[in-house]
Amino acid sequence: MQTSNSSPYNMANPLRREVVRLYRNLLYLGREYPQGSTYFRERLKASFMKNKDVTDPEKIKKLVAKGDFVIKELEAMYYLRKYRTLKKRYYDPEK
Amino acid sequence: MQIYKSGVVTDGVKHSMNPFCEIAVEEAVKLKEKKLIKEVVAVSCGPQQAQETIRTALAMGADRGIHVEVTGKDYEHLGPLQVSKIFAALAKKEEAQLVILGKQAIDDDCNQTGQMTAALLDWPQGTFASEVTLEGDKIKVVREIDGGLETIKINTPAVVTADLRLNTPRYATLPNIMKAKKKKIANMKPADLGVDVAPRLEVLKVEEPPQREAGVKVETVEDLVARLKDTGRI
Repeated sequence: MQTSNSSPYNMANPLRREVVRLYRNLLYLGREYPQGSTYFRERLKASFMKNKDVTDPEKIKKLVAKGDFVIKELEAMYYLRKYRTLKKRYYDPEK
Repeated sequence: MQIYKSGVVTDGVKHSMNPFCEIAVEEAVKLKEKKLIKEVVAVSCGPQQAQETIRTALAMGADRGIHVEVTGKDYEHLGPLQVSKIFAALAKKEEAQLVILGKQAIDDDCNQTGQMTAALLDWPQGTFASEVTLEGDKIKVVREIDGGLETIKINTPAVVTADLRLNTPRYATLPNIMKAKKKKIANMKPADLGVDVAPRLEVLKVEEPPQREAGVKVETVEDLVARLKDTGRI
C-alpha cells in the first residue's frame, strides 16, 4: 500500500496504521469464514477499496470503528458455531 | 475424511485446539486475571504441529508453554493413559496446584485423561465442571451430571475437567498471537519425564457406522407384529 506525500494522505497518516492493522486483523479472522477465506478476502478488499479516497479523519475513525465491530461480530459467530456444533453433538437428546 | 482399516488418516488435516480444552485454557486465564493463581502453563503432547496449539493458548493468555514431543507410531498410539502419565509427571515437576483440561477430546471421545491424571497423582478431581470457584485452599466445583448439577468441594492440588458451559473462550486474535511469540515454549520428550508411551491397546478396526435405513410406517399392531416376524426380529 503506497502513500503519497501530498496533503490528503499526510493528514490521515497516523490513522493509516490503524487501517492497516484493521485490515490484517480482519484478514486473519477471514480464514475461518463459512463461505471460504477467498470469498471473504475478495469482499474485504472491495470494501476497503471502496473507501480508499476518504480523507476526513473523523470519517476514517468511524469506518475503523465499524471494522472493529465487524471483528466482534465474526468472533461471536465463530464461537456460536462451535458452541452449537458441540451442543448438538454431545448434549441434544436423540429426537 | 479418509478412513482406513486401522484408523483415520490425519496427514495434511488442519488440527486445532480441542474445544473443551479451549474452555479449560480460558478458565485458567480468567483465574490468573482475577489474581487467584500465579501462572498458567499450557501443555500439549504431539508432533511439531502441537506447538501451534500451544501458541494459541499463549495468545489466549497462558504465560509459557511445554511441548512434549511425540511423533510417528508413538503419536498414532498416544492415548489417555500415556498422556495422563505425562501430565502427572509434569504436574509433579512443575509443582502445579491445579491441572485443568477439557473433559474429553472430540476426536477420540475417551473422557479419561483428566480422571486418569488425578488417579496417578492421587489428587481429587472435579470433572464436567460448569463452574469453578477457588475458596482458600479448596475448590468448589459445580458439575454437570445426568439429571442436573452437583456441587462438590475438593482439596488442592486437584484436577478439573471443563464442560461446555464453564465459560466462553476468547478468540486468539492476530495481535495477541504476535505478542505471544515472545513467550517461551519448552521442549521435551516423554523419556525426559521418565514416561513410557508404549500403547496398551490395539485398534482392530475403524469403520463408518452402518447407513441408517428409512423407517417404515405400519397401520395396525397386527401389521407391526407381522413385519417384525418377517424380518426375523421376533
